[in-house]
Amino acid sequence: MTTKAKKPTPVEKKLVGLADLVIQAAERSKDPTLQIPIRALSNVSFNERKGMIEMGEKKQARSFFNVGMAKKFMQTMLVADALAELQRAELTTSLREIYYRTKHTIKDSHENTFDTQDESDPIIEDLEVSLAALREELHVRAENAGSIVGPVVFGDDGDRVDCSKLGKGGYSVPSIVEPEYLEIRRCTADFVLLVEKGTQWNRLSEDKFWRRYNCILLTGNGQPPRGVRRLARRLHEEWRLPIYVLVDNDPWGYYIYSVVKQGSINLAFESQRMAIPKAKFIGLSSADPERYGLPRNVGIKLNDKDMARAKELMNYQWFKKPAWQAEIKRMLTSGLKYELDALANKDFQYLTKQYLPRKLRERDWLD
Amino acid sequence: MTTKRESVAVTRLIPAVAQSAPDPAARRKPSSNPVERVTAVEMGARQREISVSEFFTKNRHLLGFDNPRKALLTCVKEAVDNALDACEEAGILPDVTVRLEVVPIDGVTAPATQATRFRLTVTDNGPGIVRQQIPRIFAKLLYGSKFHRLRMSRGQQGIGISAAGMYAQLTTGKPVRIISRTGPRAAAHFFEVQIDTKKNEPLVHESKQIDWDQPQGTQVTLEVEGRYQKGRASVDEWLEQTSIANPHARLIYHTPEGETKEYVRAYHEMPPSPREIKPHPYGIEFGMFLKMLQDTKSHTVAGFLASDFCRISPSLADEMCKAAKVTPAMKPRDLKGSAAETLYRTIQHTKIMAPPTNCLSPIGEKAILSGLYKQIKGEFYTAVTRPPAVYRGNPFVIEAGLAYGRRSDEQNKPEKPIAPKAEGEHEEDDVELARVIRYANRVPLLYQQSACATFKAVLGLSWKNYGVAQSRGALPAGPMVIFVHMASVWVPFTSESKEAIADYDEIHKEITLALRECGRRLGLYLRRRERAASEYRRRNIFELYIEEVVEACNRLKGGKVPKEKLKKQLQHIALSRTGGTKTDEVLGKTGGGPEGLPHSIIVTESGVESEVSVASESGPEQASEASETRAGHRDEAAGGGSPSESKSGGSKHLNRGQSPGKPTAKGSRTGLFGGWTDGKDKADQALSWSAKRAAHARRGTTA
Ligand SMILES: Nc1ncnc2c1ncn2[C@@H]1O[C@H](COP(=O)(O)OP(=O)(O)O)[C@@H](O)[C@H]1O
Ligand SMILES: [Mg+2]
Repeated sequence: MTTKAKKPTPVEKKLVGLADLVIQAAERSKDPTLQIPIRALSNVSFNERKGMIEMGEKKQARSFFNVGMAKKFMQTMLVADALAELQRAELTTSLREIYYRTKHTIKDSHENTFDTQDESDPIIEDLEVSLAALREELHVRAENAGSIVGPVVFGDDGDRVDCSKLGKGGYSVPSIVEPEYLEIRRCTADFVLLVEKGTQWNRLSEDKFWRRYNCILLTGNGQPPRGVRRLARRLHEEWRLPIYVLVDNDPWGYYIYSVVKQGSINLAFESQRMAIPKAKFIGLSSADPERYGLPRNVGIKLNDKDMARAKELMNYQWFKKPAWQAEIKRMLTSGLKYELDALANKDFQYLTKQYLPRKLRERDWLD
Repeated sequence: MTTKRESVAVTRLIPAVAQSAPDPAARRKPSSNPVERVTAVEMGARQREISVSEFFTKNRHLLGFDNPRKALLTCVKEAVDNALDACEEAGILPDVTVRLEVVPIDGVTAPATQATRFRLTVTDNGPGIVRQQIPRIFAKLLYGSKFHRLRMSRGQQGIGISAAGMYAQLTTGKPVRIISRTGPRAAAHFFEVQIDTKKNEPLVHESKQIDWDQPQGTQVTLEVEGRYQKGRASVDEWLEQTSIANPHARLIYHTPEGETKEYVRAYHEMPPSPREIKPHPYGIEFGMFLKMLQDTKSHTVAGFLASDFCRISPSLADEMCKAAKVTPAMKPRDLKGSAAETLYRTIQHTKIMAPPTNCLSPIGEKAILSGLYKQIKGEFYTAVTRPPAVYRGNPFVIEAGLAYGRRSDEQNKPEKPIAPKAEGEHEEDDVELARVIRYANRVPLLYQQSACATFKAVLGLSWKNYGVAQSRGALPAGPMVIFVHMASVWVPFTSESKEAIADYDEIHKEITLALRECGRRLGLYLRRRERAASEYRRRNIFELYIEEVVEACNRLKGGKVPKEKLKKQLQHIALSRTGGTKTDEVLGKTGGGPEGLPHSIIVTESGVESEVSVASESGPEQASEASETRAGHRDEAAGGGSPSESKSGGSKHLNRGQSPGKPTAKGSRTGLFGGWTDGKDKADQALSWSAKRAAHARRGTTA
């Protein structure tokens, strides 16, 4: 740990505030209690005007002297301590390392402070929401699980990274892409195509789709991690690029799109910095199989979970637009879902040469 | 001991012999294969009297000598049973010493667990045996004082110790050695006897007067082939269980491994002496009835009925004779065949009063508690003595007891050093099943558990009702010892080897009722404990985490937190939020008796709550105290209470470790739940000391 007296960061101050809370409560013989905003559908609302999910005011008390909460309270303090340590040491770390840093056996017992990472991850999210600090500000990074390729130039730790000169592999998107860490020096693209699956991103990159259509290809390999979402948002905001989202045609794909567009329920407070309300859903739409002549036999039967999830989505306020209701209903009526990969049934390069060009030409997307 | 001893006809005792004696050809089913036929003459040539010793050799298993391990146990059992029976009959608190030694073979002494030959010496402080009787008692099968009467005792058939002697003779060729002395002014006699196996008569090898350091009593020494092994159904287990059901006895056991175990006297009253009764007509089988007709001293059938059975008045005898169309004045010896059978049937169908029950001597709830507490480490003890009941004309009493839980010091003692647990690792909880200890007339039954009525009744009870887990058809789970005792003038065993009690409906029902009451009390205790423990757990959780929270706060604040102060403040909040001192009280940390739980002992971290005095030993200085207690109880009994009704007033709470520990008790509680630690023994000594003082104080106030 550093010995030189540094001014504490705002986040560090907030973390130390938790210790003060305990000390003051003890002083007054009160049960130390944290107020933690509830991270659930019941505590989010959809702001029509802004087009994003916002967190409500509902909070949950976490008290130390409550049998059901005592352990979580203790764990919260341990995580807060570890996060403060990161601040002072100016280090970033992963969720997994936080878990290992805070895990030990409690004195005179057989009990561990944490038994699995499943216990420490939600506590970090609890602290994010209750201290209104982004995970990046807490110096906690996610896995680097995204790739980008196209006419854009970054400055990363002083290195110039030209994403049009990185072959078909592209640049691996770091988990923290705040301006202090990643600078966008130049960008000449016309739009961003955010692809759900790495396989399809590879197809497009290999076919140099980005060069032909002057766009940026971005993928998060499934649910896009925070770094990818945040980078898309910066490209959109700072370089005025429209964002098109290309996902599988299934409820999970719809949900990925909605998280990019209006934010997640779990971390709704981050929508401010993550959501891209103007993002468009370019495909795969439930109308596409017919329009593009995909045979029924490349579809997959919806299972019970898919159907339940689809019906749940239809009830989300942000999917209430008639076009979206029709989209989801069509999927349910057909009883089938389609993967992007299914386009290969027609031709290996069907996505690059036929599907996307036509989509863009026809401006066939959903908002 | 004044009861006459006589020889018993073999046929009355051993059905196998009785059946083989009559001409078997007569009963043989006609065989379809003519080649195999044997003439009656040929068979007649082979028919002869079977000597009992021959019978013994062929049927050792019936008498408990099936294998060397069991044989060793049976020898110990026969000798100790006799010692206890004799002491009790003479009104002497038994002091019995058992010594088991390895006999060297060719000058080599094998380790105990590998040895094949043992010398067993059992010494008692009983009434002794008059000189002339000694040879026949120890070297004549079926000779005893207990068969010809219906009286509750351990031995029944006069076959016990002489059979052990016969076994010794057969396996090592060594005679039985006896020392006996009937009082301090009488001489001590030494005998060496063997059995003439043809004639079933004693052969005296040696007979002389000797000096003996004991004023009174008997010592028997046998040299036998055997195997010594600890664990289930071992000599060690049998003695330990004997001490539980006979807390009035002091047992000293010198093991073949050179250890000495002492089972202290925890209860200083003699069991009430059981009275002898005549058989009840319902309990007599037809064959026995015929035999009694032959043997009776009465001159008329009516007189025979009225004098040889209990609960038959002369007028009832007349009535029954008339109903059976038998002349009441007829000679008993002349009543035979169908007429006898009609009378027998009539008797069985006549309503006759149940037999008297004062012939029984149950152990008693208090004594059972003392015995269980003395030998078994637990947190909760209870005992129930049922009122007498009757099966087939035989009165009996069922007693049940429970010892539950682990003593707290054992709980806290970590079995393994605390090792940090890795992801996915959990504390494994192994399922421990209850243990049933079974007794008939105070003698532990170690074999054939699953055939025994007691065991079946334990399985049949829904222990779940009392907060104890139980899988289908299994014993209840948990750290628990279940004690069941049947006291009766005639315990119905499932076989000659007397290992399991037969499952008569009446007996089963009584066992169930006794167990149910024990279970109910255990349920109350467990519920109460659970309530207190959950409060305690809450507090424990907080205490566990306070340290962590304080440390985290301190680090967050850059090491500038007054840690001790913060810890104290938080602990204070924890205490006030978990019932404070009220929880302490329920947990037995501050006092209070075992309310609503009669005849129970509850052991908590800091002491013992009970209605009975527990685990005190009568050393020389306590002798007067002991007799005082006994006298007190005589008075109480005279006050009209049956043994099961008598209760001592009040309950008391003893704080362990408060009084200066004077090490007196050397109780070797081998513990059915695990081993002892040294520190623990000291606490127990302190306990028994304070128990004695408390008992003393109480007597002082009531005097
Ligand atoms: N240690 C002893 N002290 C006094 N009497 C004894 C002792 N051992 C045996 N006896 C007498 O010898 C008799 C025969 O004993 P045993 O063969 O074991 O048969 P049982 O015990 O069935 O009567 C007993 O009934 C008892 O009267
Ligand atoms: Mg005997």
